Amino acid sequence: MYGAQVLRTAKALPDRALRRAWPRRVWHGGLHGSEFTWAVAFVIPYVAVFLAFVAYPVVYGLWLGHDPELYSELLADPIYQRTVVNTVLYLVIAVNLKMFGALLLSGFFMRRRWWVKALLLVYVLPWAVPALPSFISIHWMLNGQWGFLNNLLWDVFGVDGPGWLETSRWLALGSVIASHIWKWMPFWTVILLAGRMAVPQELYEAAEVDGATGLRGFAHVTFPLLANLYLICTLLSTIFTLGDFNTVYFVSGGGPALSTHVLATLGIRDAFDVARPELGVAAVMSALPLMIPLVILLMRKLRTTEVQL
Amino acid sequence: MSAALSDGRVVKRPRYRLRRNLREGGALALGLVVLIWTLTPIYNMVLVALEPHGDVFTNDIWPATPSLESFWIVVTQGYWYLEYFWHQFGNSLYIGVLTVVLTLLIGSLASFSIGRMRLRHGWLVSNAALLTYVIPASFLAIPFYRIMQKYGLSNNLWSIIAAEVTFATPYAIFIFQQYARSIPIELDEAARIDGASPLQVYIRIYLPLMAPALVAVGTYALLLAWNEYLYQFLLLHSTQSMTVPVALAQFLNSDEAPWNYMMATAIVYAVPPVAIYYAFRRRMTAGLTMGGVKG
Repeated sequence: MYGAQVLRTAKALPDRALRRAWPRRVWHGGLHGSEFTWAVAFVIPYVAVFLAFVAYPVVYGLWLGHDPELYSELLADPIYQRTVVNTVLYLVIAVNLKMFGALLLSGFFMRRRWWVKALLLVYVLPWAVPALPSFISIHWMLNGQWGFLNNLLWDVFGVDGPGWLETSRWLALGSVIASHIWKWMPFWTVILLAGRMAVPQELYEAAEVDGATGLRGFAHVTFPLLANLYLICTLLSTIFTLGDFNTVYFVSGGGPALSTHVLATLGIRDAFDVARPELGVAAVMSALPLMIPLVILLMRKLRTTEVQL
Repeated sequence: MSAALSDGRVVKRPRYRLRRNLREGGALALGLVVLIWTLTPIYNMVLVALEPHGDVFTNDIWPATPSLESFWIVVTQGYWYLEYFWHQFGNSLYIGVLTVVLTLLIGSLASFSIGRMRLRHGWLVSNAALLTYVIPASFLAIPFYRIMQKYGLSNNLWSIIAAEVTFATPYAIFIFQQYARSIPIELDEAARIDGASPLQVYIRIYLPLMAPALVAVGTYALLLAWNEYLYQFLLLHSTQSMTVPVALAQFLNSDEAPWNYMMATAIVYAVPPVAIYYAFRRRMTAGLTMGGVKG
């Protein structure tokens, strides 16, 4: 749920042109005396929250993880090396599959059949159900001996399924990625669906008259219109996925043998299970070289371009 | 009939119909795959919860002897792990409600000041909020935990409320600023000429007109608090101050995890957000996309 409604946020940001178009005489041209006091008083609660619970922790975190030795220790640790590989795989595979699936399914949900509309209601269920119950359910479902999935495989195909989470790193990581997609693809589908709906229908009709139907219609009409939104969604999704703790923690728990940790879960493990908060902060902070460019790119994109809907 | 039109048409038509049927069939197949994919984990949750105690270790793929025993145990707190279930549920609710109220209050005040009163340097606040929005919450957890100890809020529900409000307000500020653009600024001016103070304009004009956005953001904040696990796990230790997710995860780590009870607990816990989501779904989408499309 965290970071929901990105699309709207994307468009909620102050846009220069619009800002200029706003009436200038608000509150009789600038704020005077008591009005200024009121305005400041109104914004103080948020500023206080920001300083106390964002700025201070960020600075404190930077201070905790400032020792360079922590990073050389991390780099020498095989668990950390594996974790970095996992994080990259997780980001590249999960984000792209999820976003591409969402793009395709948003087209599917444009159909005006009653059953498609009903299906959409069911399809968004993973997003509405809290993360923890679903992931615990998936964890049990993938149990090699008693899990539902292997029971089903046995009953339907007569295949003896593997222990999805217990035996191999790649199976476990794959399970985690699938769970992440299961939980978050509906959300992005809804966002992209809203994007598609806002494209005027006449555009498609005109394109169809010109012969752009099916795949060509998608390549020449739909995708160019959605490209910017798709890019912003992908960037945001990358950042949110980087910080995704619940999926890994509850589906695989980092196992088997600590082989499926990602940076977010490894940081918490180092800080609390190993009781070395500095090391945990360092593990998390080692994602900064990836995160800072993403954030800069995203903030610029969000601020300067209005997402075309 | 069609034969009368032209030769080409007569030949083309069956093929066209075949293609359409194929396409429809493909769509149905895709729909079926999506349905199974979506429902499997949820079905598993219900399946396990409906099995009588001790029957988790079976190879059934449907409940052979469905029983509501697990739900009964959860509701009556009849298992030692569930001793404080309703108390913990109350904690979750308390956190959720206060998160919603504070997020709406702080977010709407800030957006009113920045967007409507046009406070100088207000964009700095907007940017700070945007930056908060793109910091993953889990990355901030370790220093946040330490700082809560410094503030003396360890094992206190208010530490969780602080965390949820911190991560929900940025979103609230953007949505409010966005939505407020659809409300004519002349309304504020007219009220000012009539002698209303900024506080009165905020209460009498701004808040009532912002109702759809308030509902949408309130729903968002509640779902956020309901979904969150990490901060609650780190900051709440005692069974008295725990919330449902933390207690649920404790189950998971116990030696004999009673899966039926866990899944029943999970379902009871999942009902409120799902109900609220479906109740306000229309409103959420309508209120927000309206602001969005105009942006």
